Amino acid sequence: MSKFRKKKKGMPAVNTAALPDIVFMLLFFFMVTTTMRETDLKIDNPRLPSASEVKKLEHKSLVSTIYIGKAKDLKYGSSFNRIQLNDKISTADEVPAFIINARSKVSEAEVPFMTTSIKADKESSVGTIIDIRLKLRDVNALKISYSASKTAD
Amino acid sequence: MARRETPEINAGSMADIAFLLLIFFLVTTTMNVDSGVSKKLSEKPPADYVPPIIKEKNIFEVNINRNNELLVEGERMDIKDLQEATITFIDNGGGEGKVEEGVATGPCTYCKGERSEKSSDHPNKAIISVQSDRLTEYGTYLAVQDQLLKAYRELRNRLSMEKYKTSFPELEEAYKKDKQNESLKKKVEDIKTSYPQIISDAEPTN
Repeated sequence: MSKFRKKKKGMPAVNTAALPDIVFMLLFFFMVTTTMRETDLKIDNPRLPSASEVKKLEHKSLVSTIYIGKAKDLKYGSSFNRIQLNDKISTADEVPAFIINARSKVSEAEVPFMTTSIKADKESSVGTIIDIRLKLRDVNALKISYSASKTAD
Repeated sequence: MARRETPEINAGSMADIAFLLLIFFLVTTTMNVDSGVSKKLSEKPPADYVPPIIKEKNIFEVNINRNNELLVEGERMDIKDLQEATITFIDNGGGEGKVEEGVATGPCTYCKGERSEKSSDHPNKAIISVQSDRLTEYGTYLAVQDQLLKAYRELRNRLSMEKYKTSFPELEEAYKKDKQNESLKKKVEDIKTSYPQIISDAEPTN
């Protein structure tokens, strides 16, 4: 009869052999979706305005972003009209150089498809945007996108 | 004979390594999809450029002052009413369309407006002019642009439903997937030229 007696050997261990697989799956998901932030924000993260007629920006490599908002560093004052190009606070006068620099990184054929994304805080003033727009027009960067979050209708 | 045992690699720490990597990517990942209101700027006019003379009735004037208040065609208006007013203006169809490459487009056959003498002649002549103050808040400015685009979307959608029995976004989506399809291309172009988006930004006031 002893053959059928249950052996009591304490709690059976949970099989964790599949755990690495699960973790790897998650890992690959995040690896694929990740995009490293290239620039440090020198201004407070802009509170984007919302709009319903938004389009997704495609071809991230062809997008150059201009940030407008309040500078983190207090020496620039507390107005919402500071412009950040690449890694530093700049003025609208430096926009053409920024665009030309961005153009040099892509092939000639792709230049007409380049878009400038303007990420401005909703309290920024239109004057700043217009200054930038005039500069963009000077260097013939005509495609722009006003970054906004999508709202339902 | 002793049982042969296959040696096993200890994979116990595999999970730890994977977790470490996972946490790294979790932290660095940003999932935001960039989206925005896209706009095409007009090219820089040559120095000797003389702007064409446009009839007053074909211009829909939207003014935003520095207190973020709206003045539309000389009257105060709330942002929420702007879309409707814009549709009424564009869709009026009171006269002849413009002459394109020697071909007159004639009166607007698909317009459903009042055909009033005092408002726009044809959607392809109707110009929306947005003038804002330098101190206008960007949020308000974009909300106005959004309302104007919404008006166009609604009109295009209506026409597309009538002519082709599909909504305009669907039509565009189908064309995007099948760029070679000539008939789709024609349909999209047709809707776009029927209601072209003519939104101009006037020089801001100080």
